Amino acid sequence: MFKFSEEQIERYSRQIILPQVGGRGQRKIRQASVLIVGAGGLGSPCAFYLGAAGVGKIGLVDSDEVELSNLSRQILHFSPDVGREKVYSAKEKLNKLNPDVEVVAYSEKVSSENIMSLINDYDIVVDGSDNFPTRYLVNDACVMTNKPLSHGAILQFNGQIFTILPGKGPCYRCLFAEPPPPGEIPNCQQAGVIGAVAGVVGAIQANEVLKIILNQGKLLVGHLLIIDLLGMEFRKVKISKNKDCAMCGDSPSIKNLIDYEQFCGIRR
Amino acid sequence: MTVKVRIPTPLQKLTEDKAEIEVEACSVAELVEILDEKFKGLKERICEDNGKIRRFINIYVNNEDIRFLENERTKLEDKDEVSIIPAIAGGR
Repeated sequence: MFKFSEEQIERYSRQIILPQVGGRGQRKIRQASVLIVGAGGLGSPCAFYLGAAGVGKIGLVDSDEVELSNLSRQILHFSPDVGREKVYSAKEKLNKLNPDVEVVAYSEKVSSENIMSLINDYDIVVDGSDNFPTRYLVNDACVMTNKPLSHGAILQFNGQIFTILPGKGPCYRCLFAEPPPPGEIPNCQQAGVIGAVAGVVGAIQANEVLKIILNQGKLLVGHLLIIDLLGMEFRKVKISKNKDCAMCGDSPSIKNLIDYEQFCGIRR
Repeated sequence: MTVKVRIPTPLQKLTEDKAEIEVEACSVAELVEILDEKFKGLKERICEDNGKIRRFINIYVNNEDIRFLENERTKLEDKDEVSIIPAIAGGR
């Protein structure tokens, strides 16, 4: 069995003393692997907290390069990183933060071709992507492979967070059956977002992942947490498993992964 | 029946930037009609041509999804809180 060094025990001491964690929980965290889709606004805080907590293996998928306009919220990336591939910039920061963590960088775009092999090596998936096609693809792949998924999305001062345990609770398609048509819902590039909102949502996603790993507390399964940081309101609405869900309903019609047309915002 | 309706950010352009509106309505269908009278174009953003709520938007009455109540026919009571929640996708 894995033994922690003195230094590691000190590093994680504040969480090991929690009754919900302890030595056993810390070992579970050490043995866990989490794939984060998107190394941006949500992926940054989520990866930082999971890395700091000592998650054994963190995979990061993103095909973008760091842009100056990312730095107001994508806290894994610093000014000298502009122009670098995001996943390598992210890996460097996470390695410096916590050398215990194995960070795997995938500088690629998620599609129906690679999603299965990407999630295959991980216990839990975090969706921090920025577009509907990826969100539906990640949901469908996680339902097909029975992987827990933390969903988080942001726009302006608003956030939506939801945890999917396939087979045990509703999936993203139970909540929203289909993606909106092109141009119907603006994205952050068009409508803007506050970095701290991304921080709050990404941190909640990290907290959900740790609760899944530890098997502790109440998850956002069957509930959508809606946050409005301008009106300063947090609300939970119920999400029921939809028997007509095309993915996880009584007679699912989706058998293969779908690559919806990329329509969200101006693609670079 | 006076109910409070929460308008999501992407639709607030149509409601003169109002995030909350009080409406007198007895059902969700009636509520959508009244909102559309006040704020032209709101209905076509929320509903399909056949009047059904669009598939990337959910309406909640007191935190219950109307798809699991009586859909557009869901009755409204005084002081009910209605939320219109569209899917959002931002993350970067």
